[in-house]
Amino acid sequence: MSLLSAILVLLVLALGCGVVLSQLARKFGADEPALVDRIDALLPQTQCGQCGHPGCRPYATAIAEGEAINRCPPGGDATIRSLARLLGQAPLPLDPTHGKEDVRKVAYIRENECIGCTKCVKACPVDAILGAAKHMHTVITSECTGCDLCVAPCPVDCIDMIPLKNEHQRWHWPRPDAAEARHQLIASDRLHEARA
Amino acid sequence: MNAKSKTWPLPNAIHPPAHKAQSLREAIRTLPLPERLIIPLTQPGHHDAKLCVQVGDEVLKGQLLARGTVQPESLCHASSSGTVVDIAWLPVPNASGLPELCAVLETDGRDEWHRLPSLDPSTVDAATLLERIAEAGIGGLGGAGYPTAAKLSALREPHTLIINACECEPFITADEALLRERADEVVAGIGVLLRMTEPTRCLIGIEEGKPQALSALRTAVDACNDSRIEIVVVPACYPSGGERQLVYQLTGIEIAAGRYPVEQGILCQNVGTCHAIARAVLHGEALVSRIVTVTGAALQKPGNFEVLIGTPLASLLDVCELDGAKLSRLIQGGPLMGVQLPHADLPVRKTSNCFIATTEGELPTPPPARECIRCGMCSAACPAFLLPQQLYAYARGRDLEQTERHNLWDCIECGACAYVCPSHIPLVQYFRAAKGELSDFHAKQAMAAHSRVRFEFHQARKLEEREQEEQRRRERAALLKQKQDAAAAAGPSAQDAVAAALARVQAKKAAQQQESAAPQPTPQEVIQAALARVNAKKAARKAAERAAQQGEASKPDADDKS
Repeated sequence: MSLLSAILVLLVLALGCGVVLSQLARKFGADEPALVDRIDALLPQTQCGQCGHPGCRPYATAIAEGEAINRCPPGGDATIRSLARLLGQAPLPLDPTHGKEDVRKVAYIRENECIGCTKCVKACPVDAILGAAKHMHTVITSECTGCDLCVAPCPVDCIDMIPLKNEHQRWHWPRPDAAEARHQLIASDRLHEARA
Repeated sequence: MNAKSKTWPLPNAIHPPAHKAQSLREAIRTLPLPERLIIPLTQPGHHDAKLCVQVGDEVLKGQLLARGTVQPESLCHASSSGTVVDIAWLPVPNASGLPELCAVLETDGRDEWHRLPSLDPSTVDAATLLERIAEAGIGGLGGAGYPTAAKLSALREPHTLIINACECEPFITADEALLRERADEVVAGIGVLLRMTEPTRCLIGIEEGKPQALSALRTAVDACNDSRIEIVVVPACYPSGGERQLVYQLTGIEIAAGRYPVEQGILCQNVGTCHAIARAVLHGEALVSRIVTVTGAALQKPGNFEVLIGTPLASLLDVCELDGAKLSRLIQGGPLMGVQLPHADLPVRKTSNCFIATTEGELPTPPPARECIRCGMCSAACPAFLLPQQLYAYARGRDLEQTERHNLWDCIECGACAYVCPSHIPLVQYFRAAKGELSDFHAKQAMAAHSRVRFEFHQARKLEEREQEEQRRRERAALLKQKQDAAAAAGPSAQDAVAAALARVQAKKAAQQQESAAPQPTPQEVIQAALARVNAKKAARKAAERAAQQGEASKPDADDKS
């Protein structure tokens, strides 16, 4: 009898606590952004489609559903590493079938060849191209993500993708590479290396 | 002089051999005026400048050449009188080896000054003094060349002025030589800063083991008779001259990560900067020269020089009798924080405090790096209390997030960790590279966030446009349907519509008859047919209008009727 009553009391207590806690969690629980949002936050937002999806968010959705994380060339190594950390996976090298990592480029319209067709204006996902019908178009460099999407629609091929001229800003100390290569060796390895 | 003030010794520091005596044998020397001066127009870290002169202009010594675009306080002045023969991107002493914007000045030999009027610091106000310091283009001469005017403007509620006379890095003696010979001018500069900031105390931090400089400084401080100034001797160690480290040693205050001493009411200035301030305020001279230590075992006659900004390094090395055969490396700055220079074909810039022409025997090439054995000597040496061994592991593994979490940004790149490392790992190089990668990463993230906002706006705008188009289409369709419905509803009850239909039928019949009877209709018939068509159209329009009015006014009725 006492055993039964004890079990009953515990059950009632557990049920009561469960209800209270679940209600509290629903009311005051921290709103953690959905996984797709957190993945999307790490992607470079070029909307370039090199991953095989029509934009960054669709790729984020696909990653959340289990697609490989190494298909984003504009994001490159750093993005793969952040994704791997977020998802608890091992970082993979970039999948070369989707392109290779490059320095940041921006679109440049050869303005004397532009016919003012507005096709590139419509193609730009970030509204970085300025122009009206039958008027010359130009690219707002600071807004251009270098996604390449304006190049294909241009009927006169007057758009070039050129690297940004910011070598001073881009420069930073390099890693001590030569030292690193030697550093992998132990003394006996160095003997082998000398003989080889 | 006050009672001996308390100091807070640095818990983590190293004691490398000083190598200072060799460059202090002689007094400060000067060079003959060079024929050509190559004056860098930007300060380290900034790469653009607004030019104030053109090629071909005649300039006087102290005339403004360029103003920084990012940092308007960083100014560059002509170091001598002459003609600007070229403005070009030329190699200068920097870490990247990339050329920077320089003005090439062909001197005329007269060295004629364009001086600003001299000011009396005891009568003019702080704003005028600040303006003068900005106009004279004074930057921090001990370190990175941050504009002094900008630093003074950022100062909040000043309570302590700290003067940095530590000069803790081996080989460098420029400040010591300056104090030995011109302590009075340094103290005059301190007087200007005291007048500007009105702190409650002024502490001059100087390392022990510099007796001549100390006694000269004592004499000058005694002469100026200001009870706020106090000389504090700190133990010789490295990096006692780092800003945060010196503030801690003299006041016991630790500056939080990401904050600056000026935000907490502490202004720290180098003695060289104080000297430049005195020259600017009392003599109206812009910053066009500085004291440079030229030392190293590859030189026969090392020493300290007062050189014009833009003087070719090669001419300095010539005067010091460089032995080219012995030279192994050329370094700007000290052996721990300096940068290696590719050749001597470079000018002296505002931040060049020392050049070392060293030999293999004096500063040997570090042996190959070995694996980290996690001995922890680096963390015992780190003056910023970091864990260099952890940072190294993360930096090497490119785990940028973790390097940031382990406070990589608090690393002052002093090199103490690499100095003590028994595996000879170039730790600072890894940290510098990781900092660069990290700022690239943050820039990319910021760009992505910005692009996302623009893309989402673009999507929303497209959606809105499509919805508006859809809405218009629906409205048009609804209107049309309404008209048709109304016409259909009103049709049977309206005589006009019947009449119009009859007229149309008649007109059609007439036309058919005409067509079948006579292939060439007479003009009268054509006119009649046209009239009939017009009548029919009119009737139809009237009927439609009436139907629409009825439909709008009494739709339910129409519905009921139908």
